[in-house]
This record gives sequence, C-alpha cells and structure tokens, in this order.
Amino acid sequence: MSITVPNLVGKTGDSLREAFGKQLTMLASEHQKLVVLDADIAGGTGAHHFRTSNPERFFQFGIAEQNMMAAAGGMAATGLVPFVTTFAVFCLRAIEQTRLSIAYTQRNVKIVASHPGLDTGPDGASAQALEDLAAFRALPNMVVISPADPYEMAMATEAILKYEGPVYMRSGRSPARRLFDQGYTFEIGKGQTLRHGSDVTIVACGVEVGRALDAAERLEADGVSARVINMSTIKPIDSELLERCAVETGCFVTAEDHNVIGGLGSAVAEALAQTRPCPIEFVGVKDTFGESGEPDELAEKYGLTAPHIAVAARRAIVRKEPS
Amino acid sequence: MNEIKNTAAAIRKNVLFQIFHARSGHPGGSLSCVELLTYLYSCEVNSNNQARLVLSKGHAAPAWYAVAAEFGLINKKDLIGFRKLGSMLQGHPHVLSTPWVSTSTGSLGQGFSVAVGIALGMRYQNFLDHTFVLLGDGELQEGEVWEAAMSASHFGLNTLCAIIDYNKLQSDNLNKNIMGLEPLSAKWQAFGWNVVEVDGHDLNAIGAAANEAKSVKNRPTVIIANTVKGKGVSFMEDAPLWHGSVTMKDSEFREALLELKVPDSEISKYVDGSIWSEGA
Repeated sequence: MSITVPNLVGKTGDSLREAFGKQLTMLASEHQKLVVLDADIAGGTGAHHFRTSNPERFFQFGIAEQNMMAAAGGMAATGLVPFVTTFAVFCLRAIEQTRLSIAYTQRNVKIVASHPGLDTGPDGASAQALEDLAAFRALPNMVVISPADPYEMAMATEAILKYEGPVYMRSGRSPARRLFDQGYTFEIGKGQTLRHGSDVTIVACGVEVGRALDAAERLEADGVSARVINMSTIKPIDSELLERCAVETGCFVTAEDHNVIGGLGSAVAEALAQTRPCPIEFVGVKDTFGESGEPDELAEKYGLTAPHIAVAARRAIVRKEPS
Repeated sequence: MNEIKNTAAAIRKNVLFQIFHARSGHPGGSLSCVELLTYLYSCEVNSNNQARLVLSKGHAAPAWYAVAAEFGLINKKDLIGFRKLGSMLQGHPHVLSTPWVSTSTGSLGQGFSVAVGIALGMRYQNFLDHTFVLLGDGELQEGEVWEAAMSASHFGLNTLCAIIDYNKLQSDNLNKNIMGLEPLSAKWQAFGWNVVEVDGHDLNAIGAAANEAKSVKNRPTVIIANTVKGKGVSFMEDAPLWHGSVTMKDSEFREALLELKVPDSEISKYVDGSIWSEGA
C-alpha cells in the first residue's frame, strides 16, 4: 500500500541525528528504563538533547567505544534499555563487543550510528562509514535500519525502543529533506512503496530515497515508469515486497550511501536470488573509500545522485529478458 | 573455612573430569582459580543474585561449572556434557544455555566492561550489592581492560570488585615474556583502584580481601590473587603446556586424580564417565 507521493521539492529541515536526539528526549518520561550512552560525541550525534533533558540517565564513557558497547550489554542485563550513540565508523571499532556482549547474548541494546556514508562530508574517509550495514547485517539477532527522513527517524526511534532485542540504526549528519507526513507509519521489517511503477523498481535507503524519487521523476518524463521503495529496514528485509516487485516490474536498482558490497544491494540480491532472480543494478560506493568534500559533491563524484540512479534504471531495463 | 577448603579439592576433580571427557578445554587456568570461585560461591554470590559474578576469563568455564555443580546450581550428571553438542555447558559460558550465567564470555576484556555496565545499571536502580568479576592476567593486555578500569574509577563504582587470577602464565609463555604486566599493583593504583594482594589459594586471605572491597566507599577494589596455574596437579603446575588445547591422556587423568586424593575404587568411574551418571 503506498502513500501519497510527497512534494518532491521538500523542505530541508532537521538532520536525522537531531530528529533522533529530540525524539529521545520526548520518549524519556514515559520510558523510565531508557538510558543513553555516549563516547564524548553527543554534540555530533544528537544525544546532546538527552544530556540536557535527562542528565542522570546520560552515561559518559569518554573516547572508549569498546568499553561503552560491552557495558551497554551489562546495563541491559540489569533491565535498562541502553541507547549507544556514536559515529557509525566507531561502532565498527566495537563490533566484536556488539557481537559477543549484545547480539550473542540477545541484549536489548539500541545502537544509533550517526555520520553514515559519504554524507558525513568534510571530515573525510576516516569518518565516512561505508561498511557498517554489511558488518552489522552479518550479526545474528541484529535488526538493521536506515530511515530516510527526519520524520521516519523519529518514528523509528520509538519503534526500536518498543522492540525487544538488539538494533543497529543509522541516523544522518546533514539537514535532510522531509519526505513523509503524519500519514506515514514506520514498521520494522516493512518496506514502503513511495511511488508506483511498472518498468523497474528502485529500492533505496537513507539519503538515497530522496534521490531515488527524483530519479523516478526524470525517468517518467522520458516515459519510463519507475517504482520507488523505501527499504528502511535492511534486516530483516521485506522479501515479500521484493518478490512482488520482481513479478510486477522485472528488474531492480538498489541505492545506498554505502559500499555496493554487503549492504542494502546485497540484501536485496540475496532475497531475490532465492525467490525471483532478475537483473539488479547497484548504486553505491564502488568498493573505495571516500574523501573530504561536501555531501552533494561527493555524491556526484562517487555516483550516488539521482541522474546516476536513473542511468542505472535504464541499464537494468535493458538487461530484462524479453517477455 | 575448612569446609570450603574441602569443597575446593572436590571441585578440582570435576574440572579435570569435564576437560577429559570433552577432549579439549583449559585445565591450567581453570585449576588456578578454584579457591577464588569457591570462596565467592560460599560467601558472596547467593542463589538469588547470579548476576553479580562475571567470569571475564571465560575459558575457565570448567571451574565455574564445577563450582556451580558443587553448590547445586547444576546436576553433576550434566558435567560430562561440557563442550558437547546440545549441552547446557558451552565451551565458554553462555547466558542462553546456562541460566545463572550473567554474560557470555570468551573474548578477553569484554566481561570486565560488561561488569562495569552491570554495576552501573544496578547502582542506577538502587541495587547496591557487589558485583565481582574474575579476570586472567594475560587478559590484562587487552586495551579494553584499561578502558573499563578507567571508567570504573571515574564512575566511583565501589560496588565493583575485580579479581585477577595472577598465575603469571598465559597461552604460550610467562606474561613477562609475552607482554610484561609489571608493575601491576602500581598500574591499578594509578587508575584509581584500591589494591589488595593475596595468596589466591588462601581462603582466609581471599575472604579478608573481599570484605575490604565491600568496605571501601569511594572507589572500586582489585584483588590481585597470586596463584599457581594448574594448581593441585603437580605436572600441570606452572606448565604452559597445560594452558589449553592439549588432550589429556587416560594415564594423565588417572595420575591427576590420584594426586587429588580420589580413592582408587573411584578413579575408573571418573575415567569412564560413570561417576556422576546417577546424578547428585
């Protein structure tokens, strides 16, 4: 079931990290077990809002992510619901702790990772996480989410708080385009059809969703009918929806601010390979590191923009077997 | 204390029993911490509050399981299942297999961080019981340990007590030949911990140290327990070979049981596994 096609010249508003931080503060009073952990980076992750509103529930671990991550497992063992907040790249630093002390033990910890992808911008490659979806996807028991706009980010924050089990969720650094309104509901494990189409399905997550919608507009002008899916839950992926899209459109483009290896594209390919294999084109960073630059410049250079998605869509259509 | 001493002796037999029948495991580091674990179960960790002990040196699982069996938390007939498919006694402690395990360990350094989290979480919710965490010495080479130590001091976690099974040996060699730890006591003091050094096989000394830990109000305590790796079996004592992944021969198991004062009539039952098959 799709929603009303949003106004594509959408207002740019909060970043996802800010939307996250504000939502945490709103949830605090009704959820007494909610605590927030930080590694001296709250100003960058949005967690600073919670630090101000609920200082007694904000735990500062300093620049020591491995200790923070495993300690989160320990706090969860005492019945609290810890939100671990830092940059996505630094979550990678603590992935072994995540593996053993959170995923294996099935602790109710939510890892919210800011500065995902090239969208991180001028800090450069050391802060641009292009591998995190791949790494966290491979952990059993881990739900992996990447919301597309600040509104979905806020809804997802509440949803993961209510969900029982480990979660890894990307936020976002840059001021983000608002795509959804009050009519939109987020559900873990469910992709959303944002635009109907019949020639190709574009499956996107995070910052690429807005670009996918722009690409679909361009394609329509040229007589190509592109369906757009917001696949905000990368794991568990909505394979039922993907299968339906395979039947109804016959080919795919995946788009993510992430390496083409191991992330959303791979998850889509894994699902389709088991049900309805069809041509897939992968839009993402082509197995390289990023560099300093403005997010839009980097998207242009590394092939993540709407025109890139549109070109990929045409390639996918050409590869379809004649029906 | 004498009763506890006898318990410790009984536990050593079952440590080796598990490892022998599993055909793998870590005898040296399991034998060295028997008194420490026995004391903790006798005097500190009561049956309602298993969350208060973390075995950060997870490879000493056989010692934990043997102690647990002695205190009735598991059935002795389950000991033969150690490391076997489907067993509740996983090779390294796992919360989902063994209900009274507080956190899954086996990656050195992590249990200590988890223990910091447990102590923090408990204090935040006004549970002021102590949390004990047992570490190995080689484990102290992990940077995470020092992150945890720094944080415990910074948070003023006086309800956290770390115990180091300081048997001076690790996987391949002495600590000092791998990556030197000394001056160890000075390091912990510099990190803001109260430090007590004891003979790790002296139950009275361990008890006194634990009581001191519980009385210190403003900082966490570390008990540096000087121990002998492989304690109780002469050919295993201080021998790197018996750290782990060495399969115990029948003859070695028998010899060890003799040293542990198992009556002749029972030795064969340990070897063929039937000693606990009737339970208890």
